[in-house]
Amino acid sequence: MKNAPAAEQPNPTPAGATPVQPATGHEHPPDSPLSIHDMTVAYQRKPVLWDVDLDIPEGKLIGIVGPNGAGKSTLIKACLDLIPKASGLVSVYGKPYRRQRKLVGYVPQRESVDWDFPVSALDVVTMGRYGKIGWCMPVTRAHKQAAMTALDRVGIADLASRQISQLSGGQQQRVFLARALAQDARLYFMDEPFAAVDAATEKAIVAILQQLKTSGKTALVVHHDLHTVPEYFDWVIFLNMRVVAFGPTREVFTQENLHKTYGGKLTLLDQAAQALVIAERGGS
Amino acid sequence: MQWTHEIDTWIVVIGVLCSLSCALLGNFLVLQRMSMMGDAISHAVLPGLAVAFLITGSRSSVAMLTGAVIAGLLTTLFTQWVQGFGKVDRGAAMGVVFTSLFAIGLVLIVQAADSIDLDPNCVLYGAIELAPLDDTLFFGSRVPRAVPLLALVLLVNAAVVALFYKELKISSFDPALATALGINANAMHYLLMVLVAVTAVASFEMIGSILVIAMLIVPAAAAHLLTDRLGAMIAVSLVFGAASAALGHLAAITVPPLLFTGVQDTTTSGMMVVVAGVLFGTTVLLAPRHGAISKAWHRWAFSLRMLKEDALGLLYRFEELPSPPGPVSIVTMLCHAKRTGPLLARLAVIRLLAEGKLQRQRNGYTLTAAGRDQAAGLIRAHRLWESYLVDRIALPADHVHRTAEGLEHITTESLAQALYERTGHPATDPHGKAIPNPDHKQN
Repeated sequence: MKNAPAAEQPNPTPAGATPVQPATGHEHPPDSPLSIHDMTVAYQRKPVLWDVDLDIPEGKLIGIVGPNGAGKSTLIKACLDLIPKASGLVSVYGKPYRRQRKLVGYVPQRESVDWDFPVSALDVVTMGRYGKIGWCMPVTRAHKQAAMTALDRVGIADLASRQISQLSGGQQQRVFLARALAQDARLYFMDEPFAAVDAATEKAIVAILQQLKTSGKTALVVHHDLHTVPEYFDWVIFLNMRVVAFGPTREVFTQENLHKTYGGKLTLLDQAAQALVIAERGGS
Repeated sequence: MQWTHEIDTWIVVIGVLCSLSCALLGNFLVLQRMSMMGDAISHAVLPGLAVAFLITGSRSSVAMLTGAVIAGLLTTLFTQWVQGFGKVDRGAAMGVVFTSLFAIGLVLIVQAADSIDLDPNCVLYGAIELAPLDDTLFFGSRVPRAVPLLALVLLVNAAVVALFYKELKISSFDPALATALGINANAMHYLLMVLVAVTAVASFEMIGSILVIAMLIVPAAAAHLLTDRLGAMIAVSLVFGAASAALGHLAAITVPPLLFTGVQDTTTSGMMVVVAGVLFGTTVLLAPRHGAISKAWHRWAFSLRMLKEDALGLLYRFEELPSPPGPVSIVTMLCHAKRTGPLLARLAVIRLLAEGKLQRQRNGYTLTAAGRDQAAGLIRAHRLWESYLVDRIALPADHVHRTAEGLEHITTESLAQALYERTGHPATDPHGKAIPNPDHKQN
């Protein structure tokens, strides 16, 4: 039911007619942290992501940018099996995602949960360990300790026993980040971790991302602020229902790609950002 | 009132067992914003029961519970289908599914009413008063038939919650992360719904399907207002549930004779929910963090603090005048300047006197050294804000006083310092008044 028949696809592509099996010619490297093979995702038969085919390099920070409705969150959720794929395969370090869950950390959007839930910051971070603890096993002190260390890394260990609605937006975002750190993964998906956070939190998140990178981990981060893309990310995925461009930031972060991705949707503010970025690149 | 040990004690035991089972599961329904799903399931199990009866011809617990589990699962499944394919929201989907199933169940029961003792009235309102009469032999002693069954259901619920505590917690809080970690949030959802269905069936002969919903939701909702940890919430909800049952029965046999002559007692299940409702209402008023009374108290305490600070600020400004007027009748001034009642203004002044920040003179009040210190900090914050708003946000100088008046009360010393840096260390505010400097305020 969920597979959109090829005939109905508004914008057929060579690969559109052959679901599931990778149809493109290029070889996927066997041990890439994340390989997405010809993934298409549809909501109610309306495709929202088309033919995404990517190999993410190891040890890089990768920004995912694109206008609203470009499918940025959808890309992450489909990779994590949170929403069904119409077609395509996702492999993590060379094996299907389902067998590699323990290697993958996830930072959902902050609005996705109820912050009135009766748990402390430490409780939430400890949830990051649940995959390691296993079904029906109790949370041991070692796991609490690991959660505490993660809270300390994001700089809010002193707020461990606060109920989560008593935290500021930036602190809540740090709790989510700490939870992902507690997962102790090798590949991280982060859905807008920088959305509506204070400057101090933004700095803290950037520092954590750099630490992850230096320890050889890989992070895919949905990002909105075009200003900071060249500063924060080594690679960029330009997304607008399909992958417009993908590569090292200094190669693909160009006016042309920004235009192709955002088209008429690029607001004045974004255009200013773009101008700034172009100017900076020209100067260096 | 007349307390018969064989009857009333058993009624309370049965009521407590029902309400503990319900309240335990209710926590997760409330936290998943699925209170209505409890409603849906407890109604929709009816056709399951009817069909189970029609097939087996008996009212044995096993048949009834099996029917309930199947009906509960179907309700969950149908709701998801209707929601997915019908493109309607969850509430509407539940409304369609559970009313339809309930109606089918009602039709089946009425059809078969001649041959069975499954009475629609009893299904709706319960018959806890009659439960002690239907007894059975259990380990050599006669106990009401309902007690072992309800105890077993409570035990199963408690065991499942204890065993899957962390899975239920994460699936309720963040189903997406649960799924990403390999904890199937959807499976936990079905498990919870099965337990709700079983509990509803076991309980509704006692307290009726409508009141089952109340016992599922009300204790947990009240506990949510009072606690900020899941464990504590569950504990409080259990206490509320048990208290509702025990006090409910007590009220049922004591209250009506007080109100009406010639009336013996009223329905226990009804009174249980009334008590639960009263407990909830009291919680809403009294809860420390979310309660209406505590909110009003905090608002009042905040306005008193603002008024005290305003009094200090007013006196400071008087002292600044070229020819200070000397002692000031500050209560009148406050009433006039801040449009507040004389009572609150007087209280503010009394507090300031007690804190040693004001001094009473023959015809009014003056600041003490401590009072002047605090006032200088406030005036500093006020004037720095004015400078900031004019310099940085380019508001006209005659429009910033009111904003600064509000902001001065919530400005910490470090924030004032940051404003000081940001506005380029001004000596005076946009209106030319001196900004008190912390380095000189001891002079």
